[in-house]
Amino acid sequence: MSRIPLGYLDSAGARAAATLPLTWFLLLVSIAVCLAITYLLWRALRGPAGTIGADGKAPAVRRGEGAARPILVGVAISSVILLIALGWTMVALAQVAPMPRRPEIEIDVTAHQWWWQADYGASEPDQTFSTANEIHVPVGAKVLLRLHGADVIHSFWVPKLTGKTDMIPGQVNLTWLQADKPGVYRGQCQEYCGLQHAHMAFEVVAEPPAQYAAWRRAQLQTAPPPATPAQAEGLALVEYRCAVCHTVRGTTAGSNVGPDLTHVMSRRMLAAGTLPNNRAMLAGWIEDPQGVKPGTLMPAQQLSGPQLQALLAYLETLK
Amino acid sequence: MAERIVSRPDSLQIGPVRGRGIGWNGMVMLIASEAALFGYLLFSYYFLAVSNPAGWVIESRPSLTLALPNTLLLLASSVAAWWGDDGVRKDRPGQALGGLGLAFVMGLAFAVVQVFEWKAKTFGPDASSYASLYFLTTGFHMAHVVVGLVILASLWLWVGRGFFSPLRSLPVSNGVVYWHFVDAVWLAVFATYYLTPYLGLGR
Amino acid sequence: MSPADIALPGEGPVPDTETRLARRPRIAQADDPALLRKLEKTWETKPGLYGWLATVDHKEIGKRYIVTAFVMLAVGGLEAALMRLQLAGPNRHLLTPEQYNELFSTHGMTMIFLYALPVLSGFSNYFFPLWLGARDMAFPRMNALSYWIYLLAAAFLYAGPLTGAGPNDGWFNYVPYAERAYNPGINQDIYSLGLVFLGISTSVGAANFLVTAAKCRAPGMSINRLPIMVWGTVTANAANLVVVPAVSLAFFLLWLDRNFGTSFFDVAGGGQPLLWQHLFWLFGHPWVYAIVLPAMGMVSDGLPTFSRTPLAAYTLVALSTVATMLIGFGVWVHHMFATGLPGLGLAFFSGASIIITIPSAVAVFAWLATIWLGRPVYTTAFLFFASMILLFVIGGVSGFMTASVPVDWQLTDTYFIVAHIHYVLIGINVFPVCGATYMWFPKITGRLMDERLGRWNFWIMFIGFNIAFLPMHLLGLFGMPRRVYTYGAGMGFSTLNLIVTLGSYLFAIGVALFFWNVFKSWRHGEKAGPDPWQGPTLEWAIPSPPPPYNFAVIPTVASRHPLWEDDLGEDEHRSSIEEGMALDQGKEALAVSILDAEPERILKMPEDTLAPFSLAVAAAVLFVGLLLHLWWLAGLGAVGTVLALAAWNWPRRKLLEREPAPHEGIGHG
Repeated sequence: MSRIPLGYLDSAGARAAATLPLTWFLLLVSIAVCLAITYLLWRALRGPAGTIGADGKAPAVRRGEGAARPILVGVAISSVILLIALGWTMVALAQVAPMPRRPEIEIDVTAHQWWWQADYGASEPDQTFSTANEIHVPVGAKVLLRLHGADVIHSFWVPKLTGKTDMIPGQVNLTWLQADKPGVYRGQCQEYCGLQHAHMAFEVVAEPPAQYAAWRRAQLQTAPPPATPAQAEGLALVEYRCAVCHTVRGTTAGSNVGPDLTHVMSRRMLAAGTLPNNRAMLAGWIEDPQGVKPGTLMPAQQLSGPQLQALLAYLETLK
Repeated sequence: MAERIVSRPDSLQIGPVRGRGIGWNGMVMLIASEAALFGYLLFSYYFLAVSNPAGWVIESRPSLTLALPNTLLLLASSVAAWWGDDGVRKDRPGQALGGLGLAFVMGLAFAVVQVFEWKAKTFGPDASSYASLYFLTTGFHMAHVVVGLVILASLWLWVGRGFFSPLRSLPVSNGVVYWHFVDAVWLAVFATYYLTPYLGLGR
Repeated sequence: MSPADIALPGEGPVPDTETRLARRPRIAQADDPALLRKLEKTWETKPGLYGWLATVDHKEIGKRYIVTAFVMLAVGGLEAALMRLQLAGPNRHLLTPEQYNELFSTHGMTMIFLYALPVLSGFSNYFFPLWLGARDMAFPRMNALSYWIYLLAAAFLYAGPLTGAGPNDGWFNYVPYAERAYNPGINQDIYSLGLVFLGISTSVGAANFLVTAAKCRAPGMSINRLPIMVWGTVTANAANLVVVPAVSLAFFLLWLDRNFGTSFFDVAGGGQPLLWQHLFWLFGHPWVYAIVLPAMGMVSDGLPTFSRTPLAAYTLVALSTVATMLIGFGVWVHHMFATGLPGLGLAFFSGASIIITIPSAVAVFAWLATIWLGRPVYTTAFLFFASMILLFVIGGVSGFMTASVPVDWQLTDTYFIVAHIHYVLIGINVFPVCGATYMWFPKITGRLMDERLGRWNFWIMFIGFNIAFLPMHLLGLFGMPRRVYTYGAGMGFSTLNLIVTLGSYLFAIGVALFFWNVFKSWRHGEKAGPDPWQGPTLEWAIPSPPPPYNFAVIPTVASRHPLWEDDLGEDEHRSSIEEGMALDQGKEALAVSILDAEPERILKMPEDTLAPFSLAVAAAVLFVGLLLHLWWLAGLGAVGTVLALAAWNWPRRKLLEREPAPHEGIGHG
């Protein structure tokens, strides 16, 4: 099961786990009902058959007796099953629907066409930071997520941790999750949102609290100054070109149209879960975003070879 | 031996007689569907009113100076139309033409006043969702008033040419019922847009 | 004089004053050759183009509906076939994202709006008067109008995909993605206006079905004797009548937002994206029942015919049809469980969505009991009907799973839903419709469909369908999102998708065999005779194809199964098809009281006329003008619409809407 990143017949978090037995119950009941009806249909069909004779005559019509009782029994059994399902649904709903009263972490997640922005808040402004397409949480912590839609409707879903909640412009929806074991859990936009709905994934990285704290400290850092001439040239390109849409904290690049790139190389994936993140993939993505993700709002950069190498040299320092 | 039964009515009315006939059932269907349409328009109003922050209603106390008398005028036109229909049914041509004519004139006056009411608004349809919905709902109603006026005018013309008798008058009853509907639905629109803000809704 | 006074039959085209208000209908024999000649002359459609455009014969209109809907089914199927090629393996590039998105949206639009309901309307159109023992629908001109608008709206909607501007936001078209800011092309304007246009056809048709079922029946056909298909169609159209305005309004608001800067759905102007979802699903959920209840009726009427026994628990089935729709009005929010609604609302709509399963269970057990108690004749039609029970249950239980809110938060918008909707729409609509075609084709054409080819047709469709759609449940449980144009290799979707694609092509072969059988049998099928299956209901008592007036004399109905009375031997009374009211003083039909079907009135039926066609064309011109912002063209269309309506509604002497001569009292008093 774990080889199926978006499967939800197994779970890794308290909220998804609370739904799982109900899912299995409904699934098994459904299969049982289908088998029972198949059996009854088969039995019914095995009864005496009639034929239309050579003269075109069909068998005479007779009214069978005694249908009322079996029908009522069947309906009664169905109703009992339905009532059990209804009761269990209400119990499960009461378990998973209320938001945690004292969440350990609160994150604002904003869905854009076609990527995810995650803002980690804090009471002191210098302790807040923004990242993209990768949400880190400490194992065992209750995490409250405030969901925003930046443009059209998207839906937040991490099957192994939590069910879906829509992200609708003009309203803030809440959801929560709690990862019970360390791991990387894939999330996916689940409301059709346009051309690249298919490539709008993200990852939730659940790690032990110490590791999470280290990650958080690292994310708060600004970008290091360039150490080589190539990196310096790369920084100049970032501030001249990438800055139109992106932020690199510690430089003059400060636009919020696209993902924050301050720690882009610390992330596992590129382009909202589309490509594994390494130098070669990054180069391909910068050169031909429309080839990778047709329709993406990231324009092709038309860089010369040396320019691209300089840019990559600098971006690789953004860890 | 089983007996075959054959329906042998002694007498059957032919075609529509008085207000009854299959066209009447058709009119009921039309009104049901149209009433549903206005139901959804008003649903949209209340839905937006409760899901928006206070102040959504642009005019917290909509002026009733024109709207209230105009509403009464429209209701009175319904009475006039009923009186005209009664004239057809009682074979009183003066009353028939007078009632339908009066209803038409009052309906027309309502439409003209409504245009002034629109002009008096300080906002246009693109100002906000409230404004859009206000103009759309009253505009839809206006379209129904216009259709109703065409119907009243046709009835007046047909009655004048002696098309109908007390027994053959279904088009008159149908047209007048439609006019009653146009007036009744205005009451719901009026109550929603002009009265509920005074109760504090969406203000 | 009082209209209740008895007057004797008058002669001549314009009845004299003594008899023009009422008369005692002449009783005649159905085989009276003079009567048949007279009726034929009165009711036949004129030959040539004029007759073709002007006909108001419900049988002609019904046939056109069915044929047009089948063309749409084929087109929608081809669209699906392209999509399945794209999805056959991971990361395929056969289609661009835009092409894929337009394809799945067009596929949904075609199947849901242009196939599923129209095909049922077609069958009901053709058979309503035949089942009910009537001469035509209550409003034959409106009937023609609803077909012409359907046809023109389909053309209007398809103008998009054919010019590369098809809908691209799925059939339910959520805002804000459908708004101009994110969707600048003309795509959504065509889709919005097209569906408003199509809505007129649906509403007009709904009103017609309702009044026909209420008033235009044979004497004695009280509501406890109606075929279940009539119950299904009436229930579905009662819903349509009041819910279609919701979706028409939604699409109209969208069009205004896109073209005139209003803010119904625009958050910046105080609008609400969720308003769209409420308006859409207020319509959408009842609509789902509207496109399955008549099809369930086909099964409820078809199974007994081939099982040689009356439907078990008729009353329960009829009541459950109505109950389904009543509860169906209260479940729309189950499409919106993930939109952040308060818990109490979720609990209510979850409860209603689970409870709605109970009436469906009634139908399933009644069908099983019917087969169990009968001696089934294994025809192709029977196979389609019987297999539908299984597909119905599979589609039902998957729907039941999604009714449970916490589970739905996982299931929704995955391929589980895709599987569910296809088991509902194909299992509960296409399969019964195929069965109904095999069953009633002989009535429509006078020829039987090929049974041997029918077996191949059925088994390939049945096996192909399940190979294609059963694995989709698993894909959904594996988390495959719906509406993605491609997927990654490492997601665990690849093998299942390949199986689905192969199954879908097998299914397509089955459907192609069906069309081939229809096509071939239309010309060369074996002659059928009036009653090849020895069915229970009135349509089997008249020739195949039926004469233009349907019934030479108005039948009198004594039971639920007028043609099975001798076999069943249950009542002391027998229905009469051989003898009854002639109603031959012009184009005449009978109106009855709503509950007990007591004769009430003789209806004067309209002649063939170009008014419906002209009205539809004028309305189409209006919509094209609105779409292109050609206000002069829209004005032209509006004027044409008004003229056509005026011509239509001008009171006519022949229809007895006015006095034959200027009435003294009113005209000159």
